[in-house]
Amino acid sequence: MSGLRAPSAARAGADAVKANRSSPESLIRKSLRARYRRERRFYQTGVAAIAMGVLFLLWLLGVSAHQASSAFFQTYIALDIQLDATQFASLPLAADERRQAIADANYNKMIKASLRATFPAASSRQDKRRLYQLVSDSAEYMLRDAVLRNPDLLKPPSVQAPRRFWVLADDEVDMFMKGYIDRAQPEANRRLSDQSIAWIEHLRAQQRIEKRFNRPFFTAGDSRDAEQSGILAATLGSFFTLAVTMLLALPVGIAAAVYLQEFAPKNKLVDVVEVNINNLAAVPSIIFGLLGLAVLINFFGLPRSVPLVGGIVLALMTLPTIIISSRAALAAVPPRIRQAALGVGASGVQTVVHHVLPLALPGILTGAIIGLARALGETAPLLAIGMVAFIVDVPSAPTDPATALPVQIYLWADSPERAFVERTSAAILVLLALLAVINGLVAVFRNKMETRW
Amino acid sequence: MNVLLALCVVFIGLPGMLILAMHLLRRQHAIRHQVEAAFKWFLVGCACLAIFTTAGIVLSVLFEAIRFFNIVPLTEFLFGLEWSPQTAIREDQVGSSGAFGAVPLFAGTLLITAIAMFIAVPCGLLSAIYLSEYASHRVRAVGKPMLEMLAGIPTVVYGFFAALTVAPLVRDGAAFIGLEAASESALAAGLVMGIMILPFVSSLSDDVMNAVPQSLRDGSLGLGATRSETIKRVVLPAALPGIVGSVLLAASRAIGETMIVVMAAGLAAHLTANPLQSVTTVTVQIVTLLVGDQAFDSPKTLAAFALGLVLFGVTLGLNIIALHVARKYKEQYE
Repeated sequence: MSGLRAPSAARAGADAVKANRSSPESLIRKSLRARYRRERRFYQTGVAAIAMGVLFLLWLLGVSAHQASSAFFQTYIALDIQLDATQFASLPLAADERRQAIADANYNKMIKASLRATFPAASSRQDKRRLYQLVSDSAEYMLRDAVLRNPDLLKPPSVQAPRRFWVLADDEVDMFMKGYIDRAQPEANRRLSDQSIAWIEHLRAQQRIEKRFNRPFFTAGDSRDAEQSGILAATLGSFFTLAVTMLLALPVGIAAAVYLQEFAPKNKLVDVVEVNINNLAAVPSIIFGLLGLAVLINFFGLPRSVPLVGGIVLALMTLPTIIISSRAALAAVPPRIRQAALGVGASGVQTVVHHVLPLALPGILTGAIIGLARALGETAPLLAIGMVAFIVDVPSAPTDPATALPVQIYLWADSPERAFVERTSAAILVLLALLAVINGLVAVFRNKMETRW
Repeated sequence: MNVLLALCVVFIGLPGMLILAMHLLRRQHAIRHQVEAAFKWFLVGCACLAIFTTAGIVLSVLFEAIRFFNIVPLTEFLFGLEWSPQTAIREDQVGSSGAFGAVPLFAGTLLITAIAMFIAVPCGLLSAIYLSEYASHRVRAVGKPMLEMLAGIPTVVYGFFAALTVAPLVRDGAAFIGLEAASESALAAGLVMGIMILPFVSSLSDDVMNAVPQSLRDGSLGLGATRSETIKRVVLPAALPGIVGSVLLAASRAIGETMIVVMAAGLAAHLTANPLQSVTTVTVQIVTLLVGDQAFDSPKTLAAFALGLVLFGVTLGLNIIALHVARKYKEQYE
C-alpha cells in the first residue's frame, strides 16, 4: 500500500512544485535536497580523508618494499683462480703458524691474475685498472676465507688446476646487473664504461655472473663500499641500546607508577610531579639528546657514540610513556582486590607487590613494549650524543662504539652512491619488520593476558 | 616437686615465652615496617626521577644557553636576520664564526609546521569524524589501527621517503605548472610531516568526540537535523576544547620533529614564505651544529643549546596549554 502511495505522492509533489514554486512545501523540499547533498558531500570528504591517510601508508610501504626488494640479492662473479703454488711452497708445520702463513698470502695477486687470464685483451694500464674494479675489494678476503676453510685446496692435486670461486662483484657491476645503469646514456655520464659492460656481458654469456642471496647485508657492519656493507653492527647497536633502556626504564617506570597510583598522598607536590610527567612525554626527542650531551657526556665524562649513553637517554625519554601506561594498568585493577588483601592482614606494600602488580602486569608490559618500539625507531637524540660515527666493527658490549639501526638508515640515506639507496630501503624494511614483530607481541599480550573485571 | 616445677614453668615460663614472642613479633614488625618504609622511599625516588629529568633538561640547556648569550647577545640571536654559523667571515667577529640571528630558523620552522598543520588538521579531523560518527564497527576496527600505524613508523623512514620520493615529485609538479621549486623544498617536508602528525590529531579528536554523550546527538537528530548538521552544530562544538588540545599537541610535535626536516629540508637559512623554496628549521640546525667533532665550548655547539632552549620553551608552552584545555573539557562531562 505504502509502496504504491509513495510514487504518487512524489508525483503530486512534483506537480505542486510546478504549480507554485514558492509554496512552503517546495521550499522545504528544495532545502532538504540541498541538505542531503551537503550530508553526502560531508560523508564523502570524511571517507576521502581517511582514505588519503591509508593510501599514503600503503604508498610509503609499497615504495620502500619495491626499492628494497633488489637489495636482498647481490651480484657474484665466478673466477677461475689458480692458487699460486709458489706462495704456499714452504708453509710452516705448526698449525697456528701454518694458518697465519696461509692467511698472509697475497690473494689479491691471484685474483688479478685470474681476471687477466679471463680477459687477455685488457693490456693497457687503464683497462687493467677497470678490469680489477669488476670485483669487490673484499674478494681477496672471501678467497682467503675459502682457502682457510678448506686447506686441502693447497695439496698437490688441487693446487695445480685452476678452481672456480664465487666472489662479490663491485657495487657498480651490481647496479648494472639490477638494471639501474642506463646503457643508452653517454659513457661519460655512466659509472661503468663500455668496456666494463662488454666484460660483464661476456661473463654473463658464460653464466659466470649471477645474483645470489645477499649474505653480507645481514652479517657485516658498515662499510664505505656498498657491496660490503651490512646491518649487523647497527642491529646489535640497537639491541644493546634498547637493553640498557629497558633495564633502566622498566623498573624505575613501574616503581614511579606504583608510587603515584597507590601510595602518593593528594597534595600540590604530587600534582606537580604528575603534570611534569605528562609534559615530559611531549618534549621533543632532540631535547633529550641535548640533555645527554650536556649532562652524561660533558659533565659525567661518559664516552661518545656508545650504546650505554644512548640507552640512558632513551630510557629518560621512554620513562614518561611507561609511567603513564603503567598507571592506567594499575588503575584498572579493581579496589576490591586491595581491600581483600588488606582485610586478611597484608601491609600496603604486600598488597601492591603480591596482588595488584601481578594483575596489572600485562597492561604494564604492553605499555613498556610500546615504549620500546618508540625507542627503537628514535634517531634524533642519538645523533646529538654522537652515535652517528662511521663504525665498521660489530659491537660486542654496550660500551663499544656503535650506531643504531635508524641512525644507520640516516647515514646511508646521505650516501651519494646509488647502491646505498636500495640498502637504505632494505634497512628500513628490516626496521619496520622488527617494529611489526614488537607490535604483534603487544597484540598477543592484549588478547591473551588481559583480564576483564 | 614436679608439680611445683610444672607450675613454675607455667607461671614464669609461659609469660616469658609470650613476652619473648611478642618482642620477636614486634621486632619483625619493626623490620617489616622499616623495609616497607625503605621501599616506599625507593618508589618516591623513582617518581622524582621525572622531576630530575626536567630539571636536568632546564638546567643543562639554560646554562649552556647563558654561556652562548655571553658570546652572542640575546637580542642578536632573537632578532637577527642572518644565520650562518658555519662560515667565519672575519677573524675578529663575535665568536669568530658567522652570524647567529635565528629569525630565519623560526620562520622556516613556522612555515613547515604551517604546511604540516594545513594537511593534518582537516584530514585528521575529518578522519576522526568519519571514524567516530559514520564508520561501522568493522571499518573502524580496520581504519583506526591503520591510521595509528602512521604514528608508529619511525620518523627517519618518513625523512627518507620525503627526500627521495616526495621532494622530486614536488619539484616535477612545480616545473609542470611553470614554477621553480628547490630540490629540498619546504613543501615536501611539510607534506610528509603533515601525514606523520595526522594520527595525533585524528586519534585524540576521535577520543573526545566519542566522549560526547549520545543524548546530545539523539536530541539533535530527533529535531530533524541530518547527521552532518548534528556533527557540525552539536558534536564538534561540544568536543571543541579537546580538539583544540589535540591540534596544539600535534603542532608541538611538528615543531619538535627532527628527522623529517633534517633529511628533507635544506640547511641554508632563507627567510622566505615561499613553500617551494628550501628553508631550514630549529631542529635541523641543532643537529647540524652538534654532528661532527666540535669543541664543546665553541659558539657553534653552544648555539645548539640556545636553540634547544627556545624549542623546549615553545613546545612546553604548547603542551601546557593543550593539557589545560583538555583537562578543563574533561571536567564538563564526568
